[in-house]
Amino acid sequence: MATIPSVDLALPDALPRAPSRAEAFWRFVRKNPLGAIGGLLVLVLLVAALFADAIATHNPVRTSSQVLAAPGADFWLGSDNLGRDLYSRVVHGARISLVVGLASTLLGAVVGGLVGLLSGYVGGKTDLIAQRVMDVMQALPILVLALVLAAALGPSLTNTVIAISVVIAPRAARVVRASVLAIREFVYVESARALGVSHARVAFRHILPNTFGPFIVLVTAQLGGAILAEAALSFLGLGVPEPYPSWGRMLSIAAAEYAQKAPWLVIYPGLAISLAVFGTNLLGDALRDTLDPRLRGS
Amino acid sequence: MRTYIAKRLLIAGITLLGMSLLLFVLMRMAPGNITDIIFESAGYVDEADRRKLEAELGIDRPLIVQYGRWLGDFVRGELGKSYRYDLPAWEVIKPRLPITLELAVLALGFSVLLGVPFGVISAVRRGHPIDYVLRVVSLAGLSMPSFWLAMIVILLLVRSIGWIPSMTYVSPFDDLRANLAQFLLPALAVGYRSSALIMRITRSTMLEVLREDYIRTAWAKGQRGTQVVWRHALKNASLPVVTLIGIEFAFLIGGLIVTETVFNLPGVARYLVDAIQFRDYPIVQNLAMLIAIVVVFANLTVDLLYTWLDPRIKYGA
Repeated sequence: MATIPSVDLALPDALPRAPSRAEAFWRFVRKNPLGAIGGLLVLVLLVAALFADAIATHNPVRTSSQVLAAPGADFWLGSDNLGRDLYSRVVHGARISLVVGLASTLLGAVVGGLVGLLSGYVGGKTDLIAQRVMDVMQALPILVLALVLAAALGPSLTNTVIAISVVIAPRAARVVRASVLAIREFVYVESARALGVSHARVAFRHILPNTFGPFIVLVTAQLGGAILAEAALSFLGLGVPEPYPSWGRMLSIAAAEYAQKAPWLVIYPGLAISLAVFGTNLLGDALRDTLDPRLRGS
Repeated sequence: MRTYIAKRLLIAGITLLGMSLLLFVLMRMAPGNITDIIFESAGYVDEADRRKLEAELGIDRPLIVQYGRWLGDFVRGELGKSYRYDLPAWEVIKPRLPITLELAVLALGFSVLLGVPFGVISAVRRGHPIDYVLRVVSLAGLSMPSFWLAMIVILLLVRSIGWIPSMTYVSPFDDLRANLAQFLLPALAVGYRSSALIMRITRSTMLEVLREDYIRTAWAKGQRGTQVVWRHALKNASLPVVTLIGIEFAFLIGGLIVTETVFNLPGVARYLVDAIQFRDYPIVQNLAMLIAIVVVFANLTVDLLYTWLDPRIKYGA
């Protein structure tokens, strides 16, 4: 019997250590400096929203006799036509923007995602009908649809969230459906079915988790759009009503009228919207590059 | 090809029918009907008068009849009456159309003029500081509300040169210069945002095309850089850009709504907002429907343009 000669394998002495969380974080920052800036901006937005009461110097809705005061020691960013502190209003505005932005994006993404999963997995007539419904919902420009919805539902915080989420849902459905169609054909899905796993379990346990990457990319990409939509709706008086300090609303009534006398009323709320959306967009791009390498650098 | 067009037209028809249903239902969901609104301003409500008006307007009929009537009227081009202006809707919309159209065309022009060259430069200089600068500039465009940008521009101009936006609309046929002075800024504010999207897609498709063999061949045979980039590469990279321009058209209308409001331009987009604010629902329904038709046909046209731009694509063959 021939003996099998032993071969020296070039095995490493130790397996390469998995990078620690801190290392992974710094690598992300070095590779995506813009993404890191975006992350920082989003962090500022989060902190402002969560700790608005502690960070604000005044009550954002209390009026005072010092109307249209210039930025200074008392009112850091000046005061508006009702004597309310603009800095405190901008800080509290972060809460509205983030709540409406996140809530509408998540609601739209979850509902749309489920529709996409169903239509992609079941296929056939269900798919056809779902697709046509999505066509209809995408046949109007975002703001027009949101406007009509807001008008039909009446201006309120909840209705603003619903109006914006309806606009986001078909996009989420498209993204999830596309990845479900690809994943459905994988052998592991077939074997799961062959092993007698139910359709529901295959769809939710075996397919859904794999659509997560594109889904996260979509959510971050839509968050900025949702914040902008809220601003535009509130600017037109059809979004978040008074007394909530919404950035878009701050720009509408007083700002236009007093723009020349008190330019800070125009500058700061708009700057807050722009930086918040800029941050989520930068972070969204970086996340897309990391989670979906096919689209890298595009 | 003919079956493809027929199929696409059928889908477009179904989409628009669905849209009409959606709009009809939404407008019926809105709190209060039109008689409430008309009587609201009068202060008191006489039930008999109200019934009479409801019968006159046909809103006492079953919903399905109302829907059928609206659809029939719409198809025949009867857009109903504007309650606020007490005029046929078409008379209110017609003078507003050229304003919105001029603004949309100018904005689209700006977005292409800015977006395509910036996208090409950014792709060719990938990783260079100029690429970063252009990407940040374009992302900033996507992040700023166009109405805020417009307000800031007006603010700056008033402060620096004492310019004040004209409060009344000037037709280009009366005074072209004054008209352009009026339209340039809003068009730029809307176009900047759209240019950001066009730049991003131009950059990514250019990056793909620049990696192709035929581009390497063009370089290898010693062709000038500008020639390779702008003639050989851009030509093939332009397909997705054209799609986007079609889609952009829809985005533009959204941008116009707020911009027309800020710049006080009496266009169709602003009329939609006015109609919503004054609860002139028949107008909202019809205007939204008109916008949907424009969007659906813009998308269809773009898809059909494909075959002409890229002979490799054959539909339904």
